[in-house]
Amino acid sequence: MTANLTDPTNQGRPLLLQGNEAMVEGALYAGCRFFAGYPITPATEISEVMSWRLPAVGGTFIQMEDEIASMGAVIGASLAGGKAMTATSGPGFSLMQENLGFACIAEVPCVIVNVMRGGPSTGLPTHVSQGDVQQARWGTHGDHPIIVLAAATTRECFDLTVKAFNLSEKYRTPVILLADEVVGHTREKIVLPPAGTIEVVERIRPTMPPEWYIPYEDNLRGVPPMGIFGDGYRYHVTGLTHDVRGFPTERPDEIVPFMDRLFRKINQHFADIQMVVEDLTEDAEVLVLAYGSVARSAKRAVREARARGVKAGLLQLITLWPFPRGLLEPHLRRVKAVLVPELNRGQISREVKRVNQGMTRIDTLNRIDGRLITPAEILDRLVRM
Amino acid sequence: MAEITKLIHKYLRHEKKFPHVWCPGCGNGIVLGALIRAIDRTGFSKDEIVLVSGIGCAGRLTVYVDFNTLHTTHGRALTFATGVKLANPKLQVIVVMGDGDATAIGGNHFIHAARRNLNLTAIIVNNNVYGMTGGQYSPTTPYGARAATAVYGHIEQAFSIAELAVTAGAAWVGRGTVYHASLLDQLIEQAILKRGFAVVEAISHCHTQFGRRNRLGGPVEMMRWQKEVAVRVEKAKTMTPEELKDRITIGVLVDRELPVYTHELRKLREASQAALGAK
Ligand SMILES: Cc1ncc(C[n+]2csc(CCOP(=O)(O)OP(=O)(O)O)c2C)c(N)n1
Ligand code: SF4
Ligand SMILES: [Mg+2]
Repeated sequence: MTANLTDPTNQGRPLLLQGNEAMVEGALYAGCRFFAGYPITPATEISEVMSWRLPAVGGTFIQMEDEIASMGAVIGASLAGGKAMTATSGPGFSLMQENLGFACIAEVPCVIVNVMRGGPSTGLPTHVSQGDVQQARWGTHGDHPIIVLAAATTRECFDLTVKAFNLSEKYRTPVILLADEVVGHTREKIVLPPAGTIEVVERIRPTMPPEWYIPYEDNLRGVPPMGIFGDGYRYHVTGLTHDVRGFPTERPDEIVPFMDRLFRKINQHFADIQMVVEDLTEDAEVLVLAYGSVARSAKRAVREARARGVKAGLLQLITLWPFPRGLLEPHLRRVKAVLVPELNRGQISREVKRVNQGMTRIDTLNRIDGRLITPAEILDRLVRM
Repeated sequence: MAEITKLIHKYLRHEKKFPHVWCPGCGNGIVLGALIRAIDRTGFSKDEIVLVSGIGCAGRLTVYVDFNTLHTTHGRALTFATGVKLANPKLQVIVVMGDGDATAIGGNHFIHAARRNLNLTAIIVNNNVYGMTGGQYSPTTPYGARAATAVYGHIEQAFSIAELAVTAGAAWVGRGTVYHASLLDQLIEQAILKRGFAVVEAISHCHTQFGRRNRLGGPVEMMRWQKEVAVRVEKAKTMTPEELKDRITIGVLVDRELPVYTHELRKLREASQAALGAK
């Protein structure tokens, strides 16, 4: 391992990186300077690489006593000014849920990577799965908005980590980046972009005199400027439902506007948040809707189907939540059928069906045995659809 | 202006957040007073202080004071504090927790924070019970005592919080009571000034939930009990184990120099920068 301890950035030459390693590079590129985590397969490499990459750029890596603590430390670090991240897999992701909700209600930017493995419980530690898609949406209790992205390649691991930080800073929200065992562990060629070539967003900070600062006051964007501990804007941060000053409230006339704003700040920015990749969809008659590692198999299957005369296309979801309904609906109106292959028992297909409302036929293809859905399996379905 | 009024104006969110949620006579108010007196003596500015708390009656303390305040989740205050301190080591991070908060749900975080020796101050208000949720037993509820979930008397043995902190490796550990208020001021002040993980166990009373069920009387009687059982550590050294049975030692239990986490981290950064620079 020691032989590897060289700074891989800014060398302009192609590297062979795992998805997990690319996420570290993406985080550093985005300005992440704090990582707290707890080892777990198949996400461990992220902690390991962070442990020597972060100190070298003046950042902090800490291995906490568990994932609950990791999530708490990440929130604390973000409140004190740092871009902060953690990475885990299913069991650890479950432990993070309570503090994840804290980050939602207190509007603390942070990035949580979940490299999915088979579940429930300890499940299939070394095998691929997409079983945490609904958990990523609803894992923490209570009504809350959340942003969840899914990466399929090493390059996407890099790009979407930067994007996850950007969205979390812009909208003051935790952002979950889902990868899976295949994406996390596959080594692929990547040329890391030079500094300054990809947009990096910083949170908006208050500029008014501190005595005028109302920490949770609404504005047009729905995202209040964020004071940082120590910068002179002393305020109260709590997981209790709070008024615009941050103090606990039980008054309906304060609760409702607060909750409304929490959702509005995401909902009114769908165009910025919701991302898909359209691949041969223009004239497609059958559409494959996939995300994560399965999108890779689908990409190949779609091409092979076309070679056999089936007009297939792929809609790859980058943003899983908020579900990109608006980007999907035009396809639903047009195509003969949609196939949703995924490594769970239908966690996104149920969402597709909800949106579909009878517009077209929705077929599913599911695997929950810890194995990737192959191009051949998808092709087999496409030619028979 | 009287000294106390000055402190109230300087440190409390007096126009915004009062009246407070605590029962009249609760020990939490005394801990709050001791905390602001101690902070005032240390000379740190309000902007430099981050006060972090968990969930419970004691955890409500953060809302009342004009610092950077962070009211976290039950048991996890130390984890948030760890992130705050590491992101900005210049901040003075003080953590207030209840006994259940710190040693039941947060017990794992507590021992690891002590072991890690990050420069944090942990104040644990030990009222021997879960006050906020209505008097269920906590890890410090004595054997035989009655609680909302121990109506026939408690069948478990209690933790001693300060001793737990000593064993887990805290650099500085002190114990006081809300009866010995000026000692509590001093202990908190010393704990804040200590470089390393410092723990103050503040023995307090919850007359509403614990006193009533155990027929210990009101706040006055419970504070009288604190006065009677407490013995200064200096005096305790001259007493036999029999004499010390059922007594509570107060004062500074441990004060030791241990490697401070942020210092170690700085060395680690230098080492890694040197290694990467050399390639
Ligand atoms: C995860 C979680 N479990 C349970 C609770 C409910 N709860 C709130 S305060 C509390 C106990 C508080 O006792 P202690 O920490 O001793 O503080 P005190 O109220 O006595 O000051 C509990 C169990 C919670 N808020 N969160
Ligand atoms: S319930 Fe007990 S601890 Fe809570 S405020 Fe009342 S007296 Fe204090
Ligand atoms: Mg208690």
